[in-house]
Amino acid sequence: MILQVEDVTKTFGGLVALSDVTFQVEEGEILGIIGPNGAGKTTLFNAISGVFKIDKGKVIFKGKEITKLPPNQRAQLGIARTHQIVKPLDDLSVVENVMVGACFGKGNAGLASARRKAGEVLEFVGLEGKGDVLAGKLNVPEKKRLEMARALASDPDLLLLDEVLAGLNPAEISNMLEVVKAIRNKGITILMIEHLMHAIMNVSDRVMALVYGRKISEGTPKEVANDPQVVEAYLGDPELAIGLLKDKRGRG
Amino acid sequence: MERGKTLFWLIPFLVFIVALPPVTGSVTLREGIFLILMYVTLASSLNVIMGYTGYVSFGHIVFYGIGGYISFYLMLRDGMHLIPAMILGGIGAALAAFALGEAVLRLRGAFFAIATIGVNEAVKALVNNLNFIGGAEGLFFNFSVYKAYGGAARAIWFSYYTMAAVTLITVVASYLIKMSKFGLGLRAIREDEDAAIILGVNAKRYKSLAYAASAFFPGMAGAVFFFKAGNIEPHDAFHLIKSIEMIFMVMLGGYGNVAGAFTGALVYERLKGFLLVNPLFKNLHMAISGVVLLLIVLFMPQGIIGFIREKSKKLRGVLE
Repeated sequence: MILQVEDVTKTFGGLVALSDVTFQVEEGEILGIIGPNGAGKTTLFNAISGVFKIDKGKVIFKGKEITKLPPNQRAQLGIARTHQIVKPLDDLSVVENVMVGACFGKGNAGLASARRKAGEVLEFVGLEGKGDVLAGKLNVPEKKRLEMARALASDPDLLLLDEVLAGLNPAEISNMLEVVKAIRNKGITILMIEHLMHAIMNVSDRVMALVYGRKISEGTPKEVANDPQVVEAYLGDPELAIGLLKDKRGRG
Repeated sequence: MERGKTLFWLIPFLVFIVALPPVTGSVTLREGIFLILMYVTLASSLNVIMGYTGYVSFGHIVFYGIGGYISFYLMLRDGMHLIPAMILGGIGAALAAFALGEAVLRLRGAFFAIATIGVNEAVKALVNNLNFIGGAEGLFFNFSVYKAYGGAARAIWFSYYTMAAVTLITVVASYLIKMSKFGLGLRAIREDEDAAIILGVNAKRYKSLAYAASAFFPGMAGAVFFFKAGNIEPHDAFHLIKSIEMIFMVMLGGYGNVAGAFTGALVYERLKGFLLVNPLFKNLHMAISGVVLLLIVLFMPQGIIGFIREKSKKLRGVLE
C-alpha cells in the first residue's frame, strides 16, 4: 500500500469540501477519481500534496504519516502532481521548468544530471525540440505535457494527475493516454482525476466516485459505472427520471 | 547558443574601469568610478532578491546602513581595520536580513515592498535614538584613524580598491547564484511560488537565504563608503531615495540579469552625473529619473539588456 487516506475532512467556512474520505492506493495501480463539479476532487489532491492543512484525518504515504508535512517535503518523499489550471514557470525555458522538478523533487538531482533527465522526460512526453522555448509561449496541450514532464522528472512514486485530458482534442487525448499508460509501466502509481468517462474507465484499474465531499462508490470501472448512486449523482435519480418519463408519456 | 560567457567580458570590462583612475591619476575620475562601483554592487545584490526571486525590496538600503554602522562602530571604538570590520558589517546585515526575512517574506507583492520601507524607517528611527552610536548626529572619525592606512590620501585610494574588490566579488557571486541550483529554485519562486513549492522547492528557506545574500554585499559597500566619508549619520545611512535608485538601476538594466544590473548602474550613474551638473536639469534629476522609469516600465519592462536579449539570439549567451 503506497497511500492511505483516513477520515480526511476539510471545510472552507461552512462548506464541507471533504467529509471523512477514506481510501487506499496499491503500489503500481491507476486509481481514477470521478465526480461532478465541486465534488471535492481537487481538494482531495490538495490534501494529499499538502497545499493546505486538513481539519481532521490522516494521510499516510509509504507507511509514514505526512499529514503535517509542508508540500515541498512531500514532493521530496516522492509525491508529484500536475495542476488542472496549468502553472508553467513562464519566463523559464521548458528545459528549466523540467529541471526544477528534477532538482527539487525526490530525485534531488544536480544541475547537470537534471538537464540530462529533463531531456529524457521531454522526449517521453513528446516535447522534444521545445526545450529552449519559454514555457509561457507553449500552447495549452503542450503546457499540459510540460506539467506532466515536470512531475515525472522528480522521479515520483506517486503521481497525481488533475484533469490532464481536459481541453484536448480526441487525437491529443489518445496520445496523452498512451503517455499515462507508459508512466504506469515504469512502476509509478497514479491517481487521476478526469471528467472524460470513457477515458478514465479505459485506463484505470479502479475508480472512486466523490459527490459533495463524500466517497459514494469505489471498485472496478464497471462496478462504479453501474452503481445507482453514481448514476444518480450525474443524471439525477434514475427511478425518478423513469417515473417522470412515464408520466409525460401517459399525459402525452 | 553559447551559455555562461557573460563574465568573460564583464570582468575584464570592470577591471578596465577600475584601472582608469590609477593609470590617469585623476582624482575626479576616481570619485565618479567609486560611485559607479558602489552602484553596481548595490544593484547586483538587489537583483538577487528582486530580479531572481521576484520580491521587490523597497527599503533595501537598510542593509547598507546596518553594515555601515556596524563597521564604523567597530573601527571607531576598537580601532579595527577596514577589511575585518567590513566583513563583520556584511555578516551583520546578512543576519539582520535573514531574521527579517523569516517575518516579512511571508508577504507577497506590494505588501512585501511596503513592509520593507517600514523596516528601513523603523531602523532609522531606532538608530536616531541610540546614544551609543551617536543618535541623530551620528559618528565621526578622528583623522588619526586613517594613520593606520598611511594617511587620509592613501586611505581614500585604499577604500577605492576595497570597493573595487567588493564589486568584483558581488558581480561574480550574483552570477554564480543565478547559475546554481539555488538560483534555479529562486527563479522558480519568482515565476510561481505555489508551483515551486509543489515541485519541492523549500521556498521559505530559499527566500530568506536570497534575502541574506542580497543584504551581505550592500552591508560591505556601506562599510567602505562610510569609512571613506569619515562620518555616518542615520539620514545618510538609511536614505530611502537611495533605495529607489537601486530599484531604478535594476529596472533600467534588466531585472534578473547580471549584465543588466551592471549596465543599469553604469547608465544611471552617468545619467545622474550629467543631470546634476547640467544647469538646466540640476534640480530635476529625480523627476527625470522618475519619467525614465515610467517609460521603461511601460515600453521596455525587460530593461536595456532584456531588450537586447530579445532582439538578438546571438548575444543571449553573453548577457545572462
